[in-house]
Amino acid sequence: MIEIRNVTKTFGGTRAVADCSLNLEGLKIAGLIGPNGSGKTTLFNLITGLVRPDSGEITFQGKRIDGKLPHHMAALGLIRTFQLSRVFPRLTVMDNMLIAPQRQTGERLLSLLFQFPKVRMEEANHREKAVELLDMLGIIHLHDQFAGNLSYGQQKLLELGRAVMAEPKMILLDEPTAGINPRLIQTMKDMILKMKACGQIFFIIEHNMDVVVELCEKIFVLDHGEKIAEGSPLEIQNDPLVIEAYLG
Amino acid sequence: MDLLLHLSIVIAIYSIFALSLNIEVGYTGLFNFGHVAFFAIGAYTSALLTLQGVPFSLSMIAGIGFAGAAGFLIGIPSLKLQGDYFGIATLGFAEIVRMILQNQVAWTKGPMGLPGITRPELFSWRFDTLPEYLVLALGAAILTFLVIGFLTLSPFGRVLKAIRDDETAAAILGKNAFACKMKSFVIGSLFAGLAGVLWAHYITFISPGDFTLTETILVLLIVVLGGKGTLLGPVVGAVVLIFFQESLRFLRLPPEWSSILGPLQQMVFGLILVLLMIFRPEGLIREKGKEKIDRD
Ligand SMILES: Nc1ncnc2c1ncn2[C@@H]1O[C@H](COP(=O)(O)OP(=O)(O)O)[C@@H](O)[C@H]1O
Ligand SMILES: [Mg+2]
Repeated sequence: MIEIRNVTKTFGGTRAVADCSLNLEGLKIAGLIGPNGSGKTTLFNLITGLVRPDSGEITFQGKRIDGKLPHHMAALGLIRTFQLSRVFPRLTVMDNMLIAPQRQTGERLLSLLFQFPKVRMEEANHREKAVELLDMLGIIHLHDQFAGNLSYGQQKLLELGRAVMAEPKMILLDEPTAGINPRLIQTMKDMILKMKACGQIFFIIEHNMDVVVELCEKIFVLDHGEKIAEGSPLEIQNDPLVIEAYLG
Repeated sequence: MDLLLHLSIVIAIYSIFALSLNIEVGYTGLFNFGHVAFFAIGAYTSALLTLQGVPFSLSMIAGIGFAGAAGFLIGIPSLKLQGDYFGIATLGFAEIVRMILQNQVAWTKGPMGLPGITRPELFSWRFDTLPEYLVLALGAAILTFLVIGFLTLSPFGRVLKAIRDDETAAAILGKNAFACKMKSFVIGSLFAGLAGVLWAHYITFISPGDFTLTETILVLLIVVLGGKGTLLGPVVGAVVLIFFQESLRFLRLPPEWSSILGPLQQMVFGLILVLLMIFRPEGLIREKGKEKIDRD
């Protein structure tokens, strides 16, 4: 779905992403790994329009998307999560979910006034779906809490739920299991696999090798901003360049 | 009795003023330090027009409309700025407005102000006496409360709060932060204009000195004391602070005290703010949403 061609991004002197080319065509769950500071998050920022590439192009479903603004990406069907979760702390857990659906009638002032019955119907449908997802994530009992009061792991689960609520074509997850306890990691994995079974496509940055190997069909490896390998989990685990990058 | 009516009218007008600031500060996170400018634009527009013989129904609409249009024009450059800089830009704008009122003597009579503004007549009802004016001010306040309440409780209001909490995360979810902030800012400006119109026709004399930073601070304090980001907060804040401010004015203090009344009032406001930050930073009314019961 996404194709990245010769993309480079430099910050001051550091080449955060250096002439990277990745093709995710036809992949249900693609993985992105690499040592700290190898440019993984920057690559996500490039895809979602938070930073612009110095050179190269990014296409999504055949259309150029580099240079577009972040709020256009969601409309195109690209939703991401953040390495340090970014829920809306002073919105309730439920409102964090309800904010995500795209093109809501009630968000436009004119239709809010003149199509109010439609607004109410949409809200009811979204709420029903949100309840279902929060239940799967095991945080339904927290629905009326401020999201800022949730534990870090719960916030990461909520962020995943929020991404799913947006019904995107592709979800980009930045280290979804980093820093959360094993039980929540299991919930996270279950959720991702359940969504995959429903046809959801993912692109996942992940540090935890067990999780990557379990989830991903194909893995891309970055080191110092360059792509040093790509392949199946088995190929990657035995790739000498990868082993050297991680050990050396 | 007249004092009570007077208090109620001023509280109603300041409730509108505070509700209009709250949609910006409380719901959208826009720290507008020049809100008094839109109040002034509403007041001067309507006053000048009625002094030219324009009927109140039109002058009121013009006052509200000009304030909203000013919000739109100022929003274009300033809403692109980050928080602190937006505050400074609005502060500067309010000073510019006050300078214009003071120096465009041909239009505004400058520091002399505009005396003799008439009490309004609307669809052949006159709002002349205090009880009559209270009906008008209260009606406008209730309407404002309902409109702002409807907007902030709607999906639109939810987007404003999301932008307040984390603009980048909202953008990633497809929300156009600039457009939403602009809508919030224009709505706030429109209602500030309405408050200004009602103020001018109530007091019947306005001058540039009525529209200083002190007014912005008072209305910010009303919002923060009442509880920003809540529907009732600004109304509660207006009741408490206006009651306090106006009753100071009516205390029979010895004449030699009159010079310290202003500074005294500002000291008390400062004290209220400090106590508030220490004991109840979220204001008298809390935002809806529970604090945590259990963790995972
Ligand atoms: N906004 C930025 N400004 C300056 N340097 C940045 C910025 N974002 C990332 N970098 C740098 O780019 C490199 C790659 O960072 P990042 O993409 O976060 O790596 P990863 O996610 O793989 O750990 C690092 O050296 C980091 O310091
Ligand atoms: Mg990272």
